[in-house]
Amino acid sequence: MSLILLAEQTLNGLQFGVMLFLMAAGLTLIFGVMGLINLAHGSLYMVGAFAAAGMAAATGSFMLALIASLVAAAIAGVLIEMTVIRRLYDRDHLDQVLATFALILIFSEGTRWVFGSFPLFLDKPSFLSGTVTLPFNVEYSVYRLSLIVVGILVAIGLFWMIAKTRIGIRIRAGENDREMIGALGVDISRLYTMVFALGAALAGLAGALIGAIQSVQVGMGEPVLILAFVVIVIGGIGSIKGALIGAILVGLTDTLGRFLLPQAFALILEPSQATSVGSSLASMSIYILMAGILLFRPKGLLGGA
Amino acid sequence: MKLKQLALAACTALVAAGAQAEGLKVGMITTLSGGGAGLGIDVRDGFMLAIAQSGRTDIEVVIEDDQQKPDIAVQLADRMIQSEKVDVLTGIIWSNLAMAVVPSAVAQGKFYLSPNAGPSALAGERCHPLYFNVAWQNDTLHEAAGAYAASAGYKNAFILAPNYPAGTDALTGFKRLFTGNLAGEIYTKLGQTDYAGEIAQIRASGADSVYFFLPGGMGISFLKQYADSGVNLPVVGPAFSFDQGILQAVGDAALGVRNTAQWSKDLDNPVNAAFVESFQAQYGRLPSLYASQGFDTALLLISALESADVGDQDAFRKALEAADFASTRGDFAFGANHHPIQDIYVREVIKEGDIYTNKIVSLGLEDHGDVYAQNCKM
Amino acid sequence: MKKETLLNAVLIALFVGVALAAWIMDEPYLITLATKAAIFAIAGVGLNFALGFGGLVSFGHAVFFGLGGYAMGILAFHAQTYTPILEWPFAINGTRSMPVIWCVAIVVSAVVAVGIGALSLRTNGVYFIMITLAFAQMFYYFAISWPTYGGEDGLSIYVRNEFPGLNTMDPIQYFAICFTLLLLVLFFVHRAAHSSFGLMLRAARQNEERVQAVGHTPFRLYLTAFVISGAITGLAGALFADLNRFVSPTLLSWHTSGEIMIFVILGGVGRVFGPVAGAALFILLEYVLGGLSEFWQIYLGAILLGVVLFARGGLYGLIAGREVAHD
Repeated sequence: MSLILLAEQTLNGLQFGVMLFLMAAGLTLIFGVMGLINLAHGSLYMVGAFAAAGMAAATGSFMLALIASLVAAAIAGVLIEMTVIRRLYDRDHLDQVLATFALILIFSEGTRWVFGSFPLFLDKPSFLSGTVTLPFNVEYSVYRLSLIVVGILVAIGLFWMIAKTRIGIRIRAGENDREMIGALGVDISRLYTMVFALGAALAGLAGALIGAIQSVQVGMGEPVLILAFVVIVIGGIGSIKGALIGAILVGLTDTLGRFLLPQAFALILEPSQATSVGSSLASMSIYILMAGILLFRPKGLLGGA
Repeated sequence: MKLKQLALAACTALVAAGAQAEGLKVGMITTLSGGGAGLGIDVRDGFMLAIAQSGRTDIEVVIEDDQQKPDIAVQLADRMIQSEKVDVLTGIIWSNLAMAVVPSAVAQGKFYLSPNAGPSALAGERCHPLYFNVAWQNDTLHEAAGAYAASAGYKNAFILAPNYPAGTDALTGFKRLFTGNLAGEIYTKLGQTDYAGEIAQIRASGADSVYFFLPGGMGISFLKQYADSGVNLPVVGPAFSFDQGILQAVGDAALGVRNTAQWSKDLDNPVNAAFVESFQAQYGRLPSLYASQGFDTALLLISALESADVGDQDAFRKALEAADFASTRGDFAFGANHHPIQDIYVREVIKEGDIYTNKIVSLGLEDHGDVYAQNCKM
Repeated sequence: MKKETLLNAVLIALFVGVALAAWIMDEPYLITLATKAAIFAIAGVGLNFALGFGGLVSFGHAVFFGLGGYAMGILAFHAQTYTPILEWPFAINGTRSMPVIWCVAIVVSAVVAVGIGALSLRTNGVYFIMITLAFAQMFYYFAISWPTYGGEDGLSIYVRNEFPGLNTMDPIQYFAICFTLLLLVLFFVHRAAHSSFGLMLRAARQNEERVQAVGHTPFRLYLTAFVISGAITGLAGALFADLNRFVSPTLLSWHTSGEIMIFVILGGVGRVFGPVAGAALFILLEYVLGGLSEFWQIYLGAILLGVVLFARGGLYGLIAGREVAHD
């Protein structure tokens, strides 16, 4: 096993993690500020991907497609916030789970009704295709590198927004004590709608960016949703920094696990068994990681006051 | 769930009064919703096209959606047998659903014609006189790929498939006829969408070719990421990742890939030419191999009806076994275990105008049966 | 009579009535639907014990459902192929006797629940939700990749297992078995909920410190509730696998966990008979809506949404009003 391969896998894990962060950041904000479990986040991811595919098919421009994904997801977010989510803030988590689960059904079959049952085509732009040779002779895909860059930029942007802007202050205050900021004159419902739209836009962007190298089909958001929940739980709910750390941890564990575990088992078992056992353990690895972290830090790494 | 479509509606309203022989009631359980719906829709459309074209008015088809869930498929089968009193069941796409439904359906005395799933158990020890597979036995397409890889001179292949029974069967099938070394063998997670790790391993392994079985969205993701990775090794796969419904979503990333199938739209025989043309006219899209399988299943059924009555099970079974019909693949024949003995072609993905499709480049395996026939004690 | 008790009686009558009517009209499929509703009701009652009474929102209850199913599958598989499960240190053979299978399902689920509960109860709130999900996912991926019992393809059992004195393949008789078990489970849960254990559990949910002050340990209360809850859902899993004569890893997926939660929420959290109403309503909706259109899940989602937004407390909340304390 060469160091180059290890380096490439690490980069892959990083890229996977950074993309998860886009999903998780929105989710943790929504949960942290509004106390809302949003299962429909995966559907917003799907809406972004489909909007991007549609726009790309119509205009051929990837940039326009990305903008379309942001806008479509944000609009979808605002729509469901104003009609459904708004009524759920005071309800307990169970009701939120059921309501957002119902939204998943509506979005999934609705998308299938509009776009048909076959997967859609979305491709990365030609100026981001191909590979580039990084230091130490590692050949890496340009697009994936740009994903890492985008993710880090979004992270920086979010940190700056939370720490330095007025909105950020309100968000932090809202996480702390909702009633108080209402009493102090902040328009809570506008704040909530904005936070929800922001989270939705991030999810939609993730959908478009990742849809370009994966498949754009109905239900594509669900596996990512579960992973995003794992990430925010590991990182601690409400913490963007936690979401970033959690996302990178999950990305690295999953990628390196899939790569290293079968090889580790090959040392003691015969090859086909080793692959079998190693692969199964690899698929369970992030859940084992999450359970492990929760046992020592019951509120996640950076969660809880 | 009660989506009852009468085949008669596809024909004209001019129905000849009084059918002569007794007709047939078919229960079709297939996947019409969710991510895997494309395959079920294709099978259904191909099947119903053949029924409509036959002009027969005595075949009634009840169609239900199994949502790709085994327990729903089992219940639908129960309902079709107990409530709707169908004579023949068909339609299931996925091997795991087939394993749940078929044994008990044939045990209850109903014919089952599989238009897609071909699990090895049903071709071997669990074969049954009432079970027929019109598509293929799962392994055969992979075996053809292995044979092709060997004949193309690949000596060091890297193979991967998801870690579930159809995946392990796929790689077993490939290895059966592939004569070279394996640079690597990976079982990925079912439903995995990011293959950067696996592609990195391929790059580092020194392989000269890649073989993969990743149905549906998994294959789309893998191909797109592979094409972008700079790893330029030739790729071989079974048709499941390169069928007409998926190719448009993959685009250029699939061009040039060799894939194996028992059918291609450019197969040169009159039945196929008419099928492709009429399918496109009726549904506005090119047929995939799933559609051709649905079409052939209906043709088989109709041919059996011409010579026997479904009420006489022995006679009907013999009529099915005779398979006296011209299929979209040319001549059609069953082996002793009711699975086809057929030619498997090697196709290449090309672009015709704006559409991505497949074209045959060579004959992979000729008159190929499956290895499980020897375990079938029928 | 209190409205709630009236509704309970109506539900029982409805179940029996539908099954009998279907039997008389020779519509075995409807009997199967009623049986399915009864089994889902048992699963929901199990979850409700932890969720409704204990406030433990477990998003991983499918693990018990699946364990029960696989207990049935593995035992029956070994019995029908005449191979023993274990030869050493002592021989364990398969069995096709339902009562034995149920016992095994209950015990296995309970044991696993002790393990999962002991670990998960160290967290609370949404972290508890997620860690229970995590354990369920671990079992799910394990079941998919373990080839011995079919992996993702699942295990098929040709004929239903045996119950002394009855022909279990006959739909109405199997319905009778499942429904009787449902009534037994309901009786048990009702007694438990009104016992001192049940009162302590509900008290702990409201105010843990108070309960500690009285000398009880909330952790042990929660754990006991979790174990009982898991055992009941495990029984449901074994019955479900027998109904379909098939078990697969789908029983362990988070979708299944979500569905069980839906039954509980639809019917009314914390009401003993709640999941019965919820399961019946869900099956009814699926059946009726499925016939309307290929995109019936949109309507299902809309109705569920409506129920959550406008019918707080589920069906029981709507019809029987808020829970009334009584001694």
